[in-house]
Amino acid sequence: MSVLEIRDLHVSVGEGDDAKEILRGVDLTVRSGETHAIMGPNGSGKSTLAYSIAGHPKYTITGGTVTLDGEDVLEMSVDERARAGLFLAMQYPVEVPGVSVSNFLRTAATAIKGEAPKLRTWVKDVKSEMELLEMNPAFAERNVNEGFSGGEKKRHEILQMRLLKPGIAILDETDSGLDVDALRIVSEGVNRSREEGQVGVLLITHYTRILRYIKPDFVHVFVNGKVVEEGGPELAEKLENEGYAAYVKGSQEVASA
Amino acid sequence: MTDQNTTGLTTESAVLAGELFGEGVGTQAGPPTTPADSTAVAPGAHSHGGTPTGSPAERFTSTDPDAFGVPTGREETWRFTPMKRIKPLLDGAASDARVTWTTDLPEGVELTRVDAGDPLVKGLPEPVDRLAALTRQNSDGADVVRVAKEAQLDRPVTLGLAGTGGDSAGEMPVVWGQLVVEVGAFAKATVVLDHSGLAKYSGGVTVLVGDGAQVTLVSVQEWAPGAVHGGQYDAVVGRDATFKQVVVTLGGDLVRLVSNVQYAGPGGSAELFGVYFSDETQHQEHRLWVDHAVPNCTSNVLYKGALQGEGARTVWIGDVRIRPAATGTETYELNRNLVLTDGARADSVPNLEIETGEIVGAGHASATGRFDDEQLFYLCSRGIDAETARRLVVRGFFADVVQHIGVDALQDRLMATIDARLGALPALDEQPVEVA
Ligand SMILES: Nc1ncnc2c1ncn2[C@@H]1O[C@H](COP(=O)(O)OP(=O)(O)OP(=O)(O)O)[C@@H](O)[C@H]1O
Ligand SMILES: [Mg+2]
Repeated sequence: MSVLEIRDLHVSVGEGDDAKEILRGVDLTVRSGETHAIMGPNGSGKSTLAYSIAGHPKYTITGGTVTLDGEDVLEMSVDERARAGLFLAMQYPVEVPGVSVSNFLRTAATAIKGEAPKLRTWVKDVKSEMELLEMNPAFAERNVNEGFSGGEKKRHEILQMRLLKPGIAILDETDSGLDVDALRIVSEGVNRSREEGQVGVLLITHYTRILRYIKPDFVHVFVNGKVVEEGGPELAEKLENEGYAAYVKGSQEVASA
Repeated sequence: MTDQNTTGLTTESAVLAGELFGEGVGTQAGPPTTPADSTAVAPGAHSHGGTPTGSPAERFTSTDPDAFGVPTGREETWRFTPMKRIKPLLDGAASDARVTWTTDLPEGVELTRVDAGDPLVKGLPEPVDRLAALTRQNSDGADVVRVAKEAQLDRPVTLGLAGTGGDSAGEMPVVWGQLVVEVGAFAKATVVLDHSGLAKYSGGVTVLVGDGAQVTLVSVQEWAPGAVHGGQYDAVVGRDATFKQVVVTLGGDLVRLVSNVQYAGPGGSAELFGVYFSDETQHQEHRLWVDHAVPNCTSNVLYKGALQGEGARTVWIGDVRIRPAATGTETYELNRNLVLTDGARADSVPNLEIETGEIVGAGHASATGRFDDEQLFYLCSRGIDAETARRLVVRGFFADVVQHIGVDALQDRLMATIDARLGALPALDEQPVEVA
C-alpha cells in the first residue's frame, strides 16, 4: 500500500535571473489502487511535475513537499526514489548507446529488488512480458532506445514498469505517438499492473483517447502550473467536448491580475 | 560540447612540404599509387599540387626519411605529439630487435617474408611522415599474410605481437616492422593484430583488399605501461570490396597511429572504427586520411574515446577528401570524446574537403564533453545507483564500437579490460545494492 502526497509544490527551471516558475502550488494525492488522469494543455507543466517527482536535476524545488508513505521524496536521490517504489514512464525516453536492453533491465531489477533476480524465472518473465506487449524478442539485444520508433520506446517504458513493479507509476504521455493497436497493447499492459493491485497510476495525457482503455478514478485539469479542477471520469468527457479554453482563459486572467 | 571544424589542414601540411623542400617537390607528391596498377593516379591529383587553383594541395609522401626533414614538433602532423616521448622512434636507429610473434593461421592463409627489393614492397602506398619512412627503411622488407582468392576463413587470422621489454643490458632498442596483408579477390577474412607487452615499436601495416573481398582488420593496442608505438596503416580497397578497420588503443605510454584509405576501383566501402581510453599521462593519437578519388565509394568513420586522470591526452584527426572524379561518394565521420575527470584533454579535428558536387552525402561531427546527464538520469530513475549508471554509460560508450569487431572472444576480453580500467563494474550477481 503506497501513498504519494504532493503538497503545495513549487518548481522552477533556469538559474538566477533566468529562473522561471513552472509549478505554482500543486496538490495531489495518489494511493495504490487508484488511477488519476492529469490533463492539460501544452506547456502547462505536466512533464515538469513528473520529472520533479522523479528527481531530474534540471528542476529546482522552491517550495512544498512530496512524500511517499510519509517519507520525504525530495530528500532522496533519483535512484533512491525508484527503489522506494516510484516509476516514471518518460514522454521522451533516452537513448543509451552500447547498453543492451537485457543488461539494462536486469541491472535495474537487481537494483530495485536488492538482489539479482533468478536467471531462469527472470528470462521467462522478460520474454512473456515482451510477448504481451508485442515486442520482438530481438529488442532484448538492442541498445536501450537506440533507433527505437516512438511507439517502440513507449512499449519499452511499459515493459520496464511491468518488470520493476512500482508502487506508484507516473506515465507521461505514454499515449502520444501510438497508433490504435499500440495504444490498446500499451493500455493492456498498464491494466495488468492495475489488476494485480497495489499500483497507483498518475496518467498524464492531452487526450481522452487513452482513457477509453485505462479508466481513471479521478481526473485533474492542469493549467499553468497547478490543478484547477478535479472530478471523476465525467470531467474527461467535458474536456473532450469543450477543450481547455475556459480554464486557460481563467488562469491567465488570474495570473495577470 | 564543442564542434571544431578545421579546414585547410591538408593545405597547411603541403605548404610545409613546400617550405622544406623548395619549389616543385609538392608537385611530385601524388596520392600513393596502388601496387595493382601503378599508373592509376587519381584524376586531378597532379594538376593541382603547387598551383593556386583553390584545391587543397597534395599530401607529401616519400620512402626517403630525409625528404621529410627532422620534425621539430611545430609541423601540422607533429604538433600534437609529445616529441620527447616519441624521440626514440624518430631517432631512427636501425636494430634487429623483434617482438615475439604468436600466430594463428587458418586454412587458406600463408605467412611469408619478402625483402625490400620485392615489387610488392616497392608498390606499397608511400610513407606520409618521417617516422613511417624510417619504418619502411629499417624494417628491410615485409612480413606478408596472404589470403587466397575466394577463401572464406573459418576463423580470424591472429598475429600476437608481444614486446619483450628491455634486453639483458636494460636497453630497449626500437623494433621496426612492416606487415602486408594481401587478400585475394572475393575472399572474406578477419585479421587481428594484437599488440601487448613492453616495446618501442614502429610498425607499418598495409592491407591490400582484392576486388569484391571483405576484410576486417583489427588492431589492438594493449601495451604495457611505458610502451611507445607508432605506425602507418594503409588500406587499398579494390573494386566493390569492403574494408573494415577496428582500432582499439588501451595501453602503452604513447600510441600514434596514422590510418589511410584509398580506393583502387569504384564501389568500394571502408568503415573505420576506433576506441581509445587514455589514463593519466597516456598520449593516444589517431590520424585518419580517407582519399576518395574514384566514383561510388563509401566511407564511414566512428571513433570514440574516453579520458580520465591528470595528463590523459588524446588526439583525433579525421581528414576526408573527395576529389573531382569521386562522384557518387558517400562519407560520414564522427568522433566523440568523453572527458571523465579534470586534467584530461581531447583534441578533435574533422576535416572534409569536397571537390565535386555530385556526391550522395558527406558529413562530419565531433563532440567532446562530460557525461550525458539525460542518460544518467534515465538509468538512475530505474533504481540504478549513480556510480553503476556512470560505469554502464561509459561501458556502453565503448561497447558501441567494440561490438563492430565481430569476434566474440576478443570483444569480451577487451570489454573486461575496459571494465577493469573503469574500476571494475561488479558482475550483476555480486552487485551490492542498497535497499532504500
Ligand atoms: N530549461 C527551461 N527553461 C525555460 N523554460 C522551460 C525549461 N524547461 C521547460 N520550460 C518551460 O516549462 C513549461 C512547462 O513545460 P512542460 O514540459 O512541463 O510542459 P507539459 O505540460 O509537459 O507540455 P507538453 O504537453 O507539451 O508535454 C513550458 O513552458 C516550457 O517551455
Ligand atoms: Mg510534457
